[in-house]
Amino acid sequence: MRNILPLHLSMRFLRVWERNLLVYRQNWKISFVPPLLEPFFYLVAFGVGLSALVGNINYDGSEISYMLFIAPALLAINIMNNAFFENTYASFVRMYYQKTFDAMMATPLTLEEIITGEIVWGATKSVIATSIMLAVISLFGLIRYPEGLLIIPLSVIGGIAFGSIGMIFTAIVANIELFNLPVFLFITPMFLFSGTFFPIENLPGWAQYIAMLLPLTHMVNLTRSLSLGIVDMSLLPGFCYFVISCIVFFPLAIHKMHQRLIK
Amino acid sequence: MKVAQENHHEEMPLSPVIEAKNLTKIFGDLTAVDNISFNVYPGECFGMLGPNGAGKTSTIRMIYGLSPITRGALAVFGLDIAQNTRAIKSRLGVCHQDNNLDPDLTVKQNLEVFSRYFNMSPAAARVQAESLLRFMALEHRKDARITELSGGMMRRLVLARALLNTPELLILDEPTTGLDPQSRHQVWERLGELKAKGLSILISTHNMDEASRLCDRLIIMDHGGILVEGKPLELINQHVGHDIIEVLEPNQALRAFVRARNMEYEDLGHRLIISTGDGNALFREISNEYCKEGCIMRMATLEDVFLKLTGRELRE
Repeated sequence: MRNILPLHLSMRFLRVWERNLLVYRQNWKISFVPPLLEPFFYLVAFGVGLSALVGNINYDGSEISYMLFIAPALLAINIMNNAFFENTYASFVRMYYQKTFDAMMATPLTLEEIITGEIVWGATKSVIATSIMLAVISLFGLIRYPEGLLIIPLSVIGGIAFGSIGMIFTAIVANIELFNLPVFLFITPMFLFSGTFFPIENLPGWAQYIAMLLPLTHMVNLTRSLSLGIVDMSLLPGFCYFVISCIVFFPLAIHKMHQRLIK
Repeated sequence: MKVAQENHHEEMPLSPVIEAKNLTKIFGDLTAVDNISFNVYPGECFGMLGPNGAGKTSTIRMIYGLSPITRGALAVFGLDIAQNTRAIKSRLGVCHQDNNLDPDLTVKQNLEVFSRYFNMSPAAARVQAESLLRFMALEHRKDARITELSGGMMRRLVLARALLNTPELLILDEPTTGLDPQSRHQVWERLGELKAKGLSILISTHNMDEASRLCDRLIIMDHGGILVEGKPLELINQHVGHDIIEVLEPNQALRAFVRARNMEYEDLGHRLIISTGDGNALFREISNEYCKEGCIMRMATLEDVFLKLTGRELRE
């Protein structure tokens, strides 16, 4: 793919990232609210309300409380949502309605740098939100440290993977309404069935196989292990899953954007 | 220098800023730009005129590297566009047809953030932004949001933004479309000042007044090709003459008269348009003998040339 030759991608992508950061800083108080309140609501509703009905969960051979089970899933969902929604709806608005990419492309910036800046920005939002949420969940005593801190670098790689997937949809949808399809066919099922609120072992066998293909399943496994203080070879498959996702989806996002914008 | 330019450019020995040779752009079944050749020289304002769909914007998009060329050759600043896109773009200022200012930022931030895309230092960006805001009379709105600006202010800001990197070539795609006369004249005045400073300008427009006022040389395009190339006045004299006589509700006697005299005219039914070299004597004769509903004589304009060459049917 000639689009990703080093010639087209320099550190100038940071200029695009800086532009998004500047806009974000103007509304940071609003942007900080969801990651502060969301885990609080979920932990109270599901953890406190449901755990009386659910009791303990058997995870990896040991009994853990329902709150302990779902808290890392909230972090994983948060990594997915921040990057995915930034690089779908928000990037689409900048590209299609605000013509920001058109204006940028008349400067020395290349399309590769613009899209990279956007995806790295999506990942940055995942990192910011994850850090805030991690702090809130820690107040409930649900994260083991120092292992839990590894969730922050994990949110970088997860953010790039989910952001790249989002950017691929942004490159192919005709209008903004069509994002409803990936949201309801991809994001919502993952939110519910990726071992987030109940173990995937509770699913029928065939559904477990499907769940194992989904990125959020692997992200939940990783955040859950790290929250429980598990750092061993069992993390390797999930980690590889995300490295490969980045290697595949990031160039594909740039390629698809090329097809859409360079005519 | 190429044969095609010899007629027009004895006085411009400099190497061209833009050199397009047999340039072609094809989208699927549509040939948007069909084998065109033209040169733009340093310090000149070069116009691209043409109805909608003539290929002006497609040509411009190729010049700033957004659209790969299908065939032919295109060099900007003597550099091949396909190989040197980034180097070329860092020396260009582009003013798009759509308003693509950044609505998430203020007026001043729009300029400062944009300068950073050219890798200017934050300090240099600030100084340059302030001086351009003064030049474009936008200083008092520097903290306003884009959505609070009038159409004329937005255009001036787009123009200021295109000047941030002190470009050697300014590309303007319909810079005054949709502006009120006051704003239009203000933009023209600024462009005149830039031209006087020696900036090379490529302007696409279908405002004929704008083209005659600003352009040293221009091409009229239609269906992707170039119909004519020349200086505005030369084109007028060459294609329609000096004067135009328009007669409302012409009668058959007048029609017979112009045919008998073998004059150049256009019959629109309710209006007869006669183009002529020196119209004074003819106008006296026509207004005495044949003028029932009203007739006027006026100077021929570029618009007459344009309509004569591209026809009157709608382009939608």
